Amino acid sequence: MMPSAVRLKLDSITKEYPGCRANDGVSLEIKAGEIHALLGENGAGKSTLMKVLYGVVQPDGGSIIWDGKPIQVESPAHARQLGIGMVFQHFALFETLTVAENIALGLPAYQSRDRAKLDATIREVSQRYGMALDPRRYVNTLSTGEQQRVEIVRCLIQESTLLILDEPTSVLTPQEVDTLFDTLRQLAAEGCSIVFISHKLREVRALCHTATVLRQGRVTGECRPADVSVDDIARLMVGNHTPLQTRVSAAEPGAPLMQVQELSHRTKDPFGTALRAINFDLRAGEILGIAGVAGNGQDELLRALSGEIRSAAQSVVLAGANIGNRSPGQRRKLGLAVVPEERLGRGAVPTLSLMHNTLLTAYHQGLLTGPWVRYGRVRELALRICDAFGVRSAGIHSPANSLSGGNLQKFILGREALQKPRVLVASHPTWGVDVGSAVAIHEALVELRDQGAAVLLISEDLDELYQLCTRIGAICAGRLSPLAPTSQVSIEQLGQWMAGEFESSDSEEAGHVAA
Amino acid sequence: MLQLERRPLPSPLMQWASPLIALMLTVITGYLIFMAMGRDPLRSLTFFFITPLSSAYGWAELGLKMAPLLLCAAGLTLCYRAKLWNIGAEGHLLMGALGASIVAVELRGHSGAWVLPLVLLAGMAFGAFWAGLAAGLKTRFNANEILTTIMLNYIALNLLVYAVHGPLRDPFGFGFPQSVMFSDSALLPKLIAGTRLHIGWLFGLLAAVAVWVVLARSFIGFQLNVLGQDSRAAEFAGFHQRWLVWFAFLVAGALAGLAGASEVTGPIGQLVPHVSVSYGYTAIIVVFLGRMHPIGIVAASALLALTFLGGEMLQIAMNMPKSITQLFQGLLLFYLLISDAFIHFRLRFKPAVPAPVTTENAMTTQEG
Repeated sequence: MMPSAVRLKLDSITKEYPGCRANDGVSLEIKAGEIHALLGENGAGKSTLMKVLYGVVQPDGGSIIWDGKPIQVESPAHARQLGIGMVFQHFALFETLTVAENIALGLPAYQSRDRAKLDATIREVSQRYGMALDPRRYVNTLSTGEQQRVEIVRCLIQESTLLILDEPTSVLTPQEVDTLFDTLRQLAAEGCSIVFISHKLREVRALCHTATVLRQGRVTGECRPADVSVDDIARLMVGNHTPLQTRVSAAEPGAPLMQVQELSHRTKDPFGTALRAINFDLRAGEILGIAGVAGNGQDELLRALSGEIRSAAQSVVLAGANIGNRSPGQRRKLGLAVVPEERLGRGAVPTLSLMHNTLLTAYHQGLLTGPWVRYGRVRELALRICDAFGVRSAGIHSPANSLSGGNLQKFILGREALQKPRVLVASHPTWGVDVGSAVAIHEALVELRDQGAAVLLISEDLDELYQLCTRIGAICAGRLSPLAPTSQVSIEQLGQWMAGEFESSDSEEAGHVAA
Repeated sequence: MLQLERRPLPSPLMQWASPLIALMLTVITGYLIFMAMGRDPLRSLTFFFITPLSSAYGWAELGLKMAPLLLCAAGLTLCYRAKLWNIGAEGHLLMGALGASIVAVELRGHSGAWVLPLVLLAGMAFGAFWAGLAAGLKTRFNANEILTTIMLNYIALNLLVYAVHGPLRDPFGFGFPQSVMFSDSALLPKLIAGTRLHIGWLFGLLAAVAVWVVLARSFIGFQLNVLGQDSRAAEFAGFHQRWLVWFAFLVAGALAGLAGASEVTGPIGQLVPHVSVSYGYTAIIVVFLGRMHPIGIVAASALLALTFLGGEMLQIAMNMPKSITQLFQGLLLFYLLISDAFIHFRLRFKPAVPAPVTTENAMTTQEG
């Protein structure tokens, strides 16, 4: 028999997918009231393990022991019945329903029928854990942080005794993260077990009691995060042969290469964000960082710069030319390169080969003669990209969707960087990328900067922004905060900007740029 | 329990095996249907698939039916690669036939080598114009091309019927709805003397080769591919989607128009209401059966041409209904769509209840 304090024990869980062993004999133990970090790079097998635990997939081997009894989790509904709740990275909420309606949907009929009682329960639970929520509000009027609360409250009302949170902080501002951590600590103190999936080591050290590290489907280590250094954990995650960080030399900014003046855009998408009077200068030889919580206009800003969204001609100026109303192709000709957030399905065509994906945006680089493609040259360029950026693949004829996220991202960045751009705009370039590739991508951005290109880096990863950027700012609800040299912006200051608190202080910088 | 399971990668084998499996299943089903009709199934199948090709004349007839199918299919291949579901080849073809006939009738007194090219060009122009209507509706108003092209097919048919009953009717034709016979200078030269095979067949092959070159070598071919595979990547890369739509539709229209012109200036020699035995619709099957690949559509157009000949043969030799042709074409498309599902999916036997975890596994200790 297990000691009663152990809430969950996974023993030698194995799950195989065609062509890959996602979990290979993974074992771990979680006690009641413990906050347990599950660490690992993308593709290490964290999600698969949690899908096994939540009943989404069945393991090929191994056993799950819940409160001392071996069990089979047949479905997510069964998991919820057992007391396992999960908050996904992408929320499973209906935007057009209210908070209470969303929560009622996941409850058995006897709990959801009495709405007044349910409202009261929601209020009570949310207040007890410091997550103020109005059950009558519509979900689409909530901020991302509040939507996350709905998910957590939903789990709590279902009386979960094990809460799984998949990368919960990636959508929050630093301040919101602190609030979330308080809640989680309180829950743990009351005996709820928590699995905290993350790759942000600092957060894990601040919050978690224990950690299990996965690499390539296997457990590579267990530790008490508070007792070991960030580098030690990182080593367990990536192995011994990968550099952990880029060394970034000081930048020497030159003349402005791109000016954005009063850039506004009204979105037709009901869930999109309008851009409101955005002003900034992007100088040669600098990396300008724009932080922000997801969905605050980052995507719209990138599209307005890339040309996928057209605006007034003079709202975007590239090397002296008004290009706000030009097409993406025309902007590329003038020296703009773009790395979009979605690698597959925008940055690269999933089913086409790397060679064809080279042609996708590099067609101005002497790859065409009249209407004909010079495939010899395309092949050469594709090989050069793969060689220079260490893209690991089965060759340039393999389709883009056969590459890992990190390798595909290196390929896309390489394709843009080798076009010798004047201005490179990159959005979340290291999102979901392994540490080794992330370092390579950071190095490429710094190298472009040192060659005199201007780099605009839109990212949610604050570590990345602080490490790379010459100047930094934040975008919130389609407005841009003031921009300042990175060394002068504290993380608290940036957090306030991310939350939109800059209305009073932005007159100086905005006035300066618009002049 | 049988379950469909998504393959990790689409199967390249099934991609090409699927048409052959579909053909096999079609033949088997045909066998069963003939049996149910109380006919000798083997004899019927022989009449359908073998007898039409037992003479040189039969092969020439095959080429004759191939020509319009191939011309229509070549243009549709460009559209379908870009996921522009143009169902309007029939309409383009009918308008092509009408345009060619107008010019041919106008130029009846003239002789000279310039007459035929002018007639054919008129056909292409009319076909392209008809396709251009759908392209305009799509690019200007974002109208669904499947609906507009189908509706335009019926308008084209009615325009043609009006023309043969009205302005183009032969005044000395005893009131029959048909135009005058075209003069020799407006007729396509024969490819093989003594048969009906004309140089329209070469137009078809040439169109397939041209489409191949465009798709494999040209930038616009690449752009069409990207548009079909991933329209957001096309937008990101800055391709002009409207131009691409116009290009694909105009080429498809011109080629189908040429098919129509070749029919009236080839085997028919005048404009009649039944220019097409739904070549334009059959060409859709040709493109899918031929895997949207130019070599594939040449082979597929030959097979579908055979279904026309086989149907006629069964009608004559065994007194079966004419709809046998449509029956076989429909079966072929039906089975093709089913087998195509197995490019992305596979069948798996799965136990209805998840297998219990063995104690042996549960006892294994954790490995580092």
